[in-house]
Amino acid sequence: MAGDIILTTKGLTKHYGGVHALEDADFEIRSGEHVAIVGDNGAGKSTFVRQITGVEQPTAGEIFFDGKTRHFANPLDARKVGIETVFQNLALADDLDVPANIFLGREEVYFNLGPFSFMNEKKMLAMAEEGLKRTAIKIPNLHNTIGNMSGGQRQCVAISRTVTFASKLIIMDEPTAALGVQETTQVENIIRTLKKQGIPLILISHNLRQVLNLVDKIIVFRRGRIVGALDAKKTDGNEIVSLITGLDTGVHENASYI
Amino acid sequence: MMDMIKNMTARPLPKDTGIFLVLIGVAIIFEILGWLTQGQTFIFNAQRLFIIILQMAIIGIMAIGVTQIIIMAGIDLSGGSIIGIAGLVAASLAQTSDNVNAVYPAFTDLPVIIPVLAGLGVAMGLGWFNGAVIAITRIPPFIATLAMLVIARGLSRWYTSGKQVSFFVDDFGFFGSGATPIWIFLGVAVLSHILLTRTTYGRRTYAIGSNEQAARMAGINVGRHKMLVYALAGLLYGIAAIIQTSRAETAQSGTGLMWELDAIAAVVIGGTSLMGGVGRITGTIIGVLILGIITSGFTFLGIGVYFINIVKGIIIVAAVVADQYRHRSKRKA
Repeated sequence: MAGDIILTTKGLTKHYGGVHALEDADFEIRSGEHVAIVGDNGAGKSTFVRQITGVEQPTAGEIFFDGKTRHFANPLDARKVGIETVFQNLALADDLDVPANIFLGREEVYFNLGPFSFMNEKKMLAMAEEGLKRTAIKIPNLHNTIGNMSGGQRQCVAISRTVTFASKLIIMDEPTAALGVQETTQVENIIRTLKKQGIPLILISHNLRQVLNLVDKIIVFRRGRIVGALDAKKTDGNEIVSLITGLDTGVHENASYI
Repeated sequence: MMDMIKNMTARPLPKDTGIFLVLIGVAIIFEILGWLTQGQTFIFNAQRLFIIILQMAIIGIMAIGVTQIIIMAGIDLSGGSIIGIAGLVAASLAQTSDNVNAVYPAFTDLPVIIPVLAGLGVAMGLGWFNGAVIAITRIPPFIATLAMLVIARGLSRWYTSGKQVSFFVDDFGFFGSGATPIWIFLGVAVLSHILLTRTTYGRRTYAIGSNEQAARMAGINVGRHKMLVYALAGLLYGIAAIIQTSRAETAQSGTGLMWELDAIAAVVIGGTSLMGGVGRITGTIIGVLILGIITSGFTFLGIGVYFINIVKGIIIVAAVVADQYRHRSKRKA
């Protein structure tokens, strides 16, 4: 199932002044693999994601992606090589419609006239519909502005943006944190669809039930370090929680941390 | 399936319907008042209509530039001052040689293209400078363009030491003659509408106004785009300056004083949101016409000029309140 290594980090470290937010993180994900990153608040999950998506630059360490060493100066650099990210703060323009948001910053044009290129709206609409279909996302009217949509629909648009561009790696930072039960299910279904299509995914989540259900591998962060890599099929909530908290909880077999 | 496609492509009523009804309403009010107090028609007078549009063409061209800035969640207070200096620069290079007091005695009787390009260039340069200051220092556009309002006015006072500049070559009269300003206004409006609705330029302008952070994360070079939008607005101020100078057959350091407020008023009345992300050229044109009808209507009814400004102020407040109401109901939906 697991194929070639798609992304590796070696000794990835990020210090904010005296704060060691991320220490010596060695991480790898293979093509087709879905990996979850879990950990307490401030454990370094989001810091880690910010380094591999180019939002910030690491203090030390290396990132290998798709066979090459990479230095991402900004999120666009990471996106250009095929790392698409759904950020926690959706990064959508409320006053634009769905295709406009999906293609923001990389509009399809008839011919290139620099900043005055004429956009091919038909092609963008068709591609947006295609991307939505691939993730089985249903949005009633694509010409509605994003601001008029529910949280779940907005999240779906943010996700379909990553899928439309047939990316090599998708990263989702807490994609269901702000969603209701039904909307969460919808997003989880999208993730399952991505799994079937063999698109690798890094999922940051607080929801252990979700993580155990969805992914292959679980990476646990604690105090800026990776403290465990678990096979989702061979572990349970207790083991994850004890790694997250750093306490051997004395394992209550019936405890429901999940 | 057909229904689905129909649903996806269905567009609501033209978004300017509401403000267009306001325009009709204002016209009807003045029409009735006209019959009641003056015993004659106000609106069905071709001559008057022509003059209303002619007078508003210059403010209209400015307002089209301001519309794009406000859509981008910016603001520009410097339009009137830029018109002042751009008009003077153009005028100083458009003089005839039989004028003994020419600003540049060595540069008279030049081909008309030179003063025009000089005026447009100065205006565009100052507009670009606005954008550059905003993009690089990240100070609020209100402050940056307020500074430019003062700076450009200072430049125009300094440029000819306060003296007015007149006696232009014949060709320079073209831009303000007959219906030319109206045609230029229409041309600028159509072109800007196409830019805003059909090109990446427009998409990025709306995106930055809607969510600058998202635009930046999507890889849009936000700083460069701001410079472009402010520079284009500057270019439009330059066009307005050429028309004004040509029409008035003179340029003075005080030209354009407070015009930016009329332009901003027209934009806001036309439904462009000061919060950014929302606005249309068509709305601005209607906004300009509303302002024009009110100004002309007050003169027609013989009501004092001071009341015009009072009413304008009230209308601006009403327009912004309407915008906020729209915003709130939209978010609730």
